[in-house]
This record gives sequence, structure tokens and C-alpha cells, in this order.
Amino acid sequence: MTETGSRVQDRMDAILRKVRNVTTPLAGFGLIAAAYFIVGYAPEEAQQGIVQKIFYGHVASAWASYLCFFITFVSSGLYLWKRDRAWDLLALSAAEVGVVFCTAVLLSGPFWGKPIWGTWWTWDARLTTTLILWLIYVGYLLLRPFAGEGERGARFAAVVGIIGFLDIPLIHLSVRWWRTLHPQPIVMNARGPQLPPEMLTTLLVTLVAFTLLAVSFIAIRAEIERLRDLAAVLRRRALREG
Amino acid sequence: MSGVAGRAARVSFGGAMLAVMRKDLALEWRTREIFSATVVFAALVLLTINFSFDPGQRAVEQMASGILWVAFVFAGMLGLGRSFVAERENACLDALALSPADPGAIFLGKAAANLIFLAVTEAIVLPLFAVLFNFPMGRAVPGLVLPLALGSVGFVGAGTLFAAISTQTRMREVMLPLLLLPVSVPVLIASVRLTGTALAGRALAESLPWIGLLVLCDALFLVAGTLLFGHLLED
Repeated sequence: MTETGSRVQDRMDAILRKVRNVTTPLAGFGLIAAAYFIVGYAPEEAQQGIVQKIFYGHVASAWASYLCFFITFVSSGLYLWKRDRAWDLLALSAAEVGVVFCTAVLLSGPFWGKPIWGTWWTWDARLTTTLILWLIYVGYLLLRPFAGEGERGARFAAVVGIIGFLDIPLIHLSVRWWRTLHPQPIVMNARGPQLPPEMLTTLLVTLVAFTLLAVSFIAIRAEIERLRDLAAVLRRRALREG
Repeated sequence: MSGVAGRAARVSFGGAMLAVMRKDLALEWRTREIFSATVVFAALVLLTINFSFDPGQRAVEQMASGILWVAFVFAGMLGLGRSFVAERENACLDALALSPADPGAIFLGKAAANLIFLAVTEAIVLPLFAVLFNFPMGRAVPGLVLPLALGSVGFVGAGTLFAAISTQTRMREVMLPLLLLPVSVPVLIASVRLTGTALAGRALAESLPWIGLLVLCDALFLVAGTLLFGHLLED
């Protein structure tokens, strides 16, 4: 391991750069396509009207946040195992992006909930689970500056990233038994997707676009953090050499 | 030298765990600092709830398990927060990390001591609650053992791990609840449900899924804590 990073870090830098170069333009096209599909292609829902269109971005954001938290989980485990800053960068970046998408879920939900359920917020199972998830990962992000710069914060955060993710199924189960009001899953349903095909296509396009967006965000975020590391190294070197 | 190392290496997992637990209990027994603070704090929580809700007899019956767990959780968090402070102040944490004991054994020892502290607090809060809220507890007590035990193990398991983290950060008092409360939501929901069932005098068999969920939570936090605790001890 050199001052500026390990071999893993070098390979990660190269991969992240490639991922960023590929996913960022694709995410751009994907978002434009998704917007077209949502506005122009998907039919208006008979009862809910135009508000139903929130559904596509809402579900896609939820998926993206789960994907991010899963990446944080895996990278946290790899960090504790290998102790390579590269994995910590990935875990941190994915957690941040995950919180952004989770926030989008929590904010977009009420705009649908108010006209359809007649309330901004309700303690339904999935809303509650999402809120708890958001709180766990905001705690993860708050922990890092409080733990101090460097390696220790990474270790502590990794433990939280692992426990937090393993806790998700338990939270989900407990809150679901506690109460539920949210629309039942309509895509991953035992009887097959219950959505009209146009809506399903639109949802899939949005899902792909948001996945690309999340991956591109993570890659860019990790690169920024990496540059911050390198800047710190350079600053130290400059101070040393006067 | 090799003799010492050889003897040290023979510290068994269970032996180390018991030693850490006994150390924490002895420390607490001599000062009784955490204990007195925790119990007084629990009483204050009960008082605050009483003034905030001013519940009538019917409401108390409905809210009993919730009130109890709010008191347990907040008082418990106070105790958990102190659990690693003494270790940190005298660099005992470094000594523990250097000892040949398995970090998992240290974690389980600390958790066991914390569990005993919480159990004692609960044993005092229960009659206090019964008196202050005029709640007929008597016959429900045997049924309470299982819900309180399962709930406390999960809460203390996650709490000990996060206390080890938060004690080593700035803002330690703030960090513990921020990390612990969201993660222990399943433990709390299940415990409140089971405790409510027991307080109503109904058989726990009808809430078997909740018991299963609590056992899963307990297993997750204890196993994860045992495996991950070593990563919190270096420096």
C-alpha cells in the first residue's frame, strides 16, 4: 500500500471511472425516456388520475435506495475484511446516494397519499419501514464525522452498515404485522403482475433509468471522496517538504 | 515469557466472558452509580408519562406495556451509555483489546452485565409502575418473564454494540440513541406486543410469531455483535 492508495484502490479508480463514463450519459437518456413514457405513453389511471404517475418515480427511487444500501452492506463487509479504503469509499458513497433516493421516496409518497388516502402520512407498514431505514442510514452518515477523520470512522460505519442492512427484513416483518394500509405489491405478486402492460413497461423503463442514475451518482461520489483523499495526501506532502 | 503467553492463550471463551461480566458487576456493586441513576431516571419517565397523558384506568390498561417499555428503553439507554465510559477514561478498552480474550467473549461479557443491570431496573420499575398507575400486576407477573427476557436480550445486544461505537465518538450521548433506536424497532414492537398480551392475562402461545421474531432479533444482534466487536476495539 502506497501513500496514495493500494492496488485495489487503483483498480477501483479505473472501474469507477469507466462506470461513470458509461452510466452517466445512459442515465441521462434513460431519464428522458422515462419522462416520455410516464407523460406520453402510460395511460392515465381511471380512478386516481394524474397523481398515479408519481408511482413510477416513487417505486424506482425505493428500488434504487435498497440497491444502494445493499452495496453499502457488501462494501462494509469487504472493508472490515480487507481494510482497504477503496471499499469504505464505495460504502460511504452508496449510503449517501441511498439516503438521497430514500428521501425522494419519503417526499414523493405524501403527494400521492394526500389525494388518494386523504392524508400526508400514515403509520402504514411500508411508510414506517422506509422512515426507519432513512433514520438508520442518516445515523450512519452522522456517525462518520463524529467518529473523527480516517480509519476509525470507517470501521464504525461499516459495523452500522452491516447491522442496519441485516435488520431490514426484521423491521419489515415487525412493522407489517403491526399494521398495513399501503397498496399491496402489484408487480411482484403471486398471481403475476397486475399492472396494464403499458404501465408495466413505463415502470421498467423508469426502474432502469433510476438504477443507472444511482450507479452513476455512486461512482461520481466515490471519485469526489477519492480526490479529497488525494488532496489531503498532497497537502501533507507539501507541509512536509515546506 | 512463553509460559505467560501460554497460560494467557488458554483463556477460554466462556471464562473470558464471565471475567468481563464479573468485573462490570463488581465495579457497579462498589459504586452503584449507574444503577441509582437509571432507577431514578425510570421513575422520572413514569412521572412524565403520567403528567403528559394523565391516563384514566381504562387508558392505563391499554397503554401499560407501552409505558413500561418506554421506561425500560430510556433508562436502559442511560445505563448502556455509561457501560463503556469507564473503559474509555482509563484506557481500559486498549487493555481489553490487548488481552488474549476473544473480542466476542468481551462483547458477550459486557452484554451480560448490561442485561443484569437492565433486569434489575425492570424488577424495580414494574412494582413502581403498578403502584403509581394503580395497575393490578399480581397475576400477570409469571407471564411477563419471557417477553421481558427476550426483549431485553435484543435491546441490550444491539445497545452494547452501539454503545461501544458511540463512546468512542464525539457527541457520545447523542450518537447512542440515534444509532440504537431505529435498529431496535423490531425488538420494541414485538416486546410491547408480547408484554401487552401477558399483562392482559392471555396465553403467550397466541403470539407465537412475535416470539419467533424476537428470537430472530436476539440471535442477529448477539451473533453480529460477537463477530463484529473486534473491529471496534482497535486503535
